[in-house]
Amino acid sequence: MLHYLLSRIISLLLSLAVASLVIFFVIEIIPGDPASFMLGLNASPETIASLKAELGLDQTPLIRYFDWVSGLVVGDFGISYTYKVPISELVVDRIQVSLPLALYALLLSTAIAFPVGLIAASKRGGTADFGIMGFTQLGIAVPNFWFAMLLVLFFAINLRWFSAGGFSGWDAGFWYGIKSLTLPAIALALTQASILARVMRSALIDTLSQDYIRTARAKGLSQRRVLIKHALRNAMIPVLTILGLQFSFLLAGAIIIENVFFLPGLGRLIFQAIIQRDLIVVESVVMLMVFAVIVVNFLVDLTYAMVDPRLRRSG
Amino acid sequence: MRIPTQLLFGAFLSIFFLVLALVSLIWTPYPVEVLNISEKLKSPEWKYILGTDHFGRDILSMIMIGARTSISVALVAVGIGMLVGVPLGLAAAANRRSIFDDLIMRSNDLVFAFPSLVIAILITAVFGPSAFNAILAIGIFNIPVFARVSRGAALSLWTLEFIMAARVAGKGKTRISVEHILPNIINLLLVQGTIQFSLGILAEAGLSYIGLGAQPPTPSWGRMLADAQTLIYTNPRLAFIPGLAIVAMVLGLNMLGDGLRDYLDPRLRKVRQ
Repeated sequence: MLHYLLSRIISLLLSLAVASLVIFFVIEIIPGDPASFMLGLNASPETIASLKAELGLDQTPLIRYFDWVSGLVVGDFGISYTYKVPISELVVDRIQVSLPLALYALLLSTAIAFPVGLIAASKRGGTADFGIMGFTQLGIAVPNFWFAMLLVLFFAINLRWFSAGGFSGWDAGFWYGIKSLTLPAIALALTQASILARVMRSALIDTLSQDYIRTARAKGLSQRRVLIKHALRNAMIPVLTILGLQFSFLLAGAIIIENVFFLPGLGRLIFQAIIQRDLIVVESVVMLMVFAVIVVNFLVDLTYAMVDPRLRRSG
Repeated sequence: MRIPTQLLFGAFLSIFFLVLALVSLIWTPYPVEVLNISEKLKSPEWKYILGTDHFGRDILSMIMIGARTSISVALVAVGIGMLVGVPLGLAAAANRRSIFDDLIMRSNDLVFAFPSLVIAILITAVFGPSAFNAILAIGIFNIPVFARVSRGAALSLWTLEFIMAARVAGKGKTRISVEHILPNIINLLLVQGTIQFSLGILAEAGLSYIGLGAQPPTPSWGRMLADAQTLIYTNPRLAFIPGLAIVAMVLGLNMLGDGLRDYLDPRLRKVRQ
């Protein structure tokens, strides 16, 4: 187990290091001179020079890279050029929208996909299975931002159950916050739930054809007991993999969905930063997102070992 | 042998949009560069089968050219993924457990940490938004997918006797990969290609919806949806049509991919007979 843990931690740190190098290279080296890029064509040489000094761009790339990374480690993300406030403040502010949204969507998709996948697998070939497969096929094909627009049209404009967008912050009350995140979370969860349900179904069907399941049935266990006690746990590996991958899609999907609902989250921050050419914000927030994805996949790797003891030994 | 309904239906939908896109190269009912305000927001009628938008442009014509934008972006992106990913995967499998193999698999993991949208953001932040940059972003994201699929399939082939025979006959690793491995994984690549193609259509729609894809005046389905959003109170029709087009195209490609997989996989074929 220790060997497994150690090798995972090393690969986690390596991934983070390389990811930060790639992001730094794309944002700070490829444009040639980030300062004049940020200021646009009409900037005078003096303004460019002062921005360069302000951002520390007069240093060598190597020093800049280490400054950036050592800042990131202690939570110093630099100062936003357009907002003139520390990026860490912006991030703390925005993450209160994005993180609950991603978790809400993940919760919804899991809560839908697990029972649906179970039903489809246990009634394989039946009407319920056929219906579920057709419905999930559709769920995968619907772009989430279009689904979001339809939700707004139906639940916000026609029925007036929810607001069409915006977020007034958690100060207005927990349930009020949850309510304004509900339509976005549903929009994000649809595709993920469909994919997860299909993976769940096929993983269960694979497991159900194993010998030990036949043994369990021969012992006279009920279908429900066989499914839940014997099949479910062994079907978890592919399901966990997909759950880990989904987190990155939820983060990325939120960039679009936050725009549909005008939610002040990380996605909207990054999107506005692109328009305003605030490269410092883009650089740090992209790094934060990639960091989240890498760490979540690391945690998924660790859960594998918990779910399947065989993996601990092989390392 | 009977061709499964799923495959037929998927092929029908995919070919339908392909034909729309090809026809748009030589003919559309109306030009879409010309704004015709006096004809704006017309409901579907004989003159405009799908109606017109807020600039008086014919929606059918825009859907046709939008199909062309979507298909060309997704197709080139799949091409990039295949052209780079498949050789990498084959080389990794041929030199199994070497440093090279490890390096390729590690960098694959790394690219997976950057969802295509995040790649697109990095690229547009530096080069500005365009259809070309959207292709690049989706294409880069496709590379590890194809590398992984071809490596996995090739690995299991390398243990088989006919490969052993080819080695005994004195063929090198590259030659075996090209002459024996590649033809045997082409079905798998075709299926994966179809799936990535449909993901590419979705990604392109998403990117152009937030303005990071094809730029106006080039019509694209995502862009049409973005325009429709402000008019959704009064003209929900404008939001329905491009959305349905995306769903139908993606659904068709997914069914085509699933159908092809079942049709081409001999093990599944035996079960069905």
